[in-house]
Amino acid sequence: MKKKFVQSAISTVKALIVPALLIMIWQIGGTQGWIKTTAISTPAKIWAKAVEMIQNGSLQKNVLISLRRVAIGFAIGAGLGIVLGILLGTVKKINDYLRVIMDLLRPVPVIVWVPVLILWVGIGEKTKIIVIAIGTFWPVFLNVMDGVMNVDRKYLEVSTIFCKSRGETIFHVILPAAVPYFISGIRIASGNALMGVVGAEMFAASSGIGYMVTFYREMNQPASMMVGVILIAIFGAIINMMIQKRARRPNHE
Amino acid sequence: MSEDAVLQVRHLKKSFSIDGDKVDVLDDINLDIKKGEFVSLVGFSGCGKSTLLRIFCGLEKKNDGQLLLDGKDITGPGLERGMIFQESRLFPWMKVEDNIKYGLTKEERKKLGRDGVANKVWEYIRLVQLEGFEKAKPSQLSGGMQQRVSIARSLIANPEVLFLDEPFGALDAITRMGMQDEILRIWKENKTTMLLVTHDIDEAVYLSDRIVVLSPKPGKVKKIIEVKLSRPRKRTSIDFSEVRRKVYQQFFDESNMDIEYMI
Repeated sequence: MKKKFVQSAISTVKALIVPALLIMIWQIGGTQGWIKTTAISTPAKIWAKAVEMIQNGSLQKNVLISLRRVAIGFAIGAGLGIVLGILLGTVKKINDYLRVIMDLLRPVPVIVWVPVLILWVGIGEKTKIIVIAIGTFWPVFLNVMDGVMNVDRKYLEVSTIFCKSRGETIFHVILPAAVPYFISGIRIASGNALMGVVGAEMFAASSGIGYMVTFYREMNQPASMMVGVILIAIFGAIINMMIQKRARRPNHE
Repeated sequence: MSEDAVLQVRHLKKSFSIDGDKVDVLDDINLDIKKGEFVSLVGFSGCGKSTLLRIFCGLEKKNDGQLLLDGKDITGPGLERGMIFQESRLFPWMKVEDNIKYGLTKEERKKLGRDGVANKVWEYIRLVQLEGFEKAKPSQLSGGMQQRVSIARSLIANPEVLFLDEPFGALDAITRMGMQDEILRIWKENKTTMLLVTHDIDEAVYLSDRIVVLSPKPGKVKKIIEVKLSRPRKRTSIDFSEVRRKVYQQFFDESNMDIEYMI
């Protein structure tokens, strides 16, 4: 137990060496004038700005606004993805009719929808939430459909032999068998959701993390801008970590 | 033919089309399985013995002929027929007890109630001697234990006939022999009619009342051998070897059999 702890502590230290060195070089380079601080500021200044923004509450406010958008958009997108994924995966006939539309819509990058949605529903919260929902929908939908369609035939034969109804087969066999696909869909979707919210906020918002970045660039405040960039990076890492932990848990086998 | 036959097969034919070509797999199969009987189907790989079983349990359709269970036509899957595959085919996301429970129909579960279902599952866990493993996941069990769960799952549906498609083929030799005794014990206790597909002649002789030898391309019944050995059988007895020799003869001609003797 103790050994394990020491080991993980060592690996954490190892992982932090390079980032720490880079921050040091950045800081020294900035103060020595090797790096153009008007473009990316210095770590010390960014830190000071972050503390200031936390103290006046603007950072928390923007983060919460972005998180709220992500939560709602993600729930809508993933919910629709699951329902439609199951439906199209199990009912082959629907699939035949919708395949072309799906193939056309799927490759459209999420960010393309931002101007389109601004025109359709305006610059309000809806645009941002719909963009996130679209980004979340595709990977969840496609993975769930894939999982449902690719359930091992051997399991389905067991269901056939026991004369199970279609509904029982879906709930007790097809869906549980598709769980790993579902998880990988959610993993990709969470990355998309973050990209979606930041992208939408940069285009069309007056609040949120993405807005912070564009706003402070326009205001020519690189330190504050970098606070936003670093915040986005940290959020991405946290989401990724959470999902990887979940995925590693053996729900199958 | 015989009156007490549970399963009657008359002129059964099956062919697959492969790249547009018709390939006969089974040709004019005739067979009667009596109630409570243990029958083995043996034959070279490709003789259609597994296909025959898949037709019996409703996973494949026959092309021609008649297939009767208790005098009634078999057209698709039915709960009066159970099937054990070579792989246990347990659902990895379900505990052992839930896997066994899956063998019960929704209506039965409703009728029995929560406690009734639990009792029934327990009864079958005891039948296959897996007490203490109810809450285990299939991956935590050995191959032999997994196959026992699969047997319990089939038997809880109370089938009249149980089909076994090389059920012990994936197990090591020692476990396999243990499972053969196990299936005999269950057969005696439950009195379920059993039809076993195997390529292991020893297994067939050890377990069966009758051995049906199939010849390949297309699959035909070549010979039916009665095994009139008393039970429990001894694999090392002279009588046992005699029956085994009779079965071997169906596969290899006499000249090869001499070599078999020398070994």
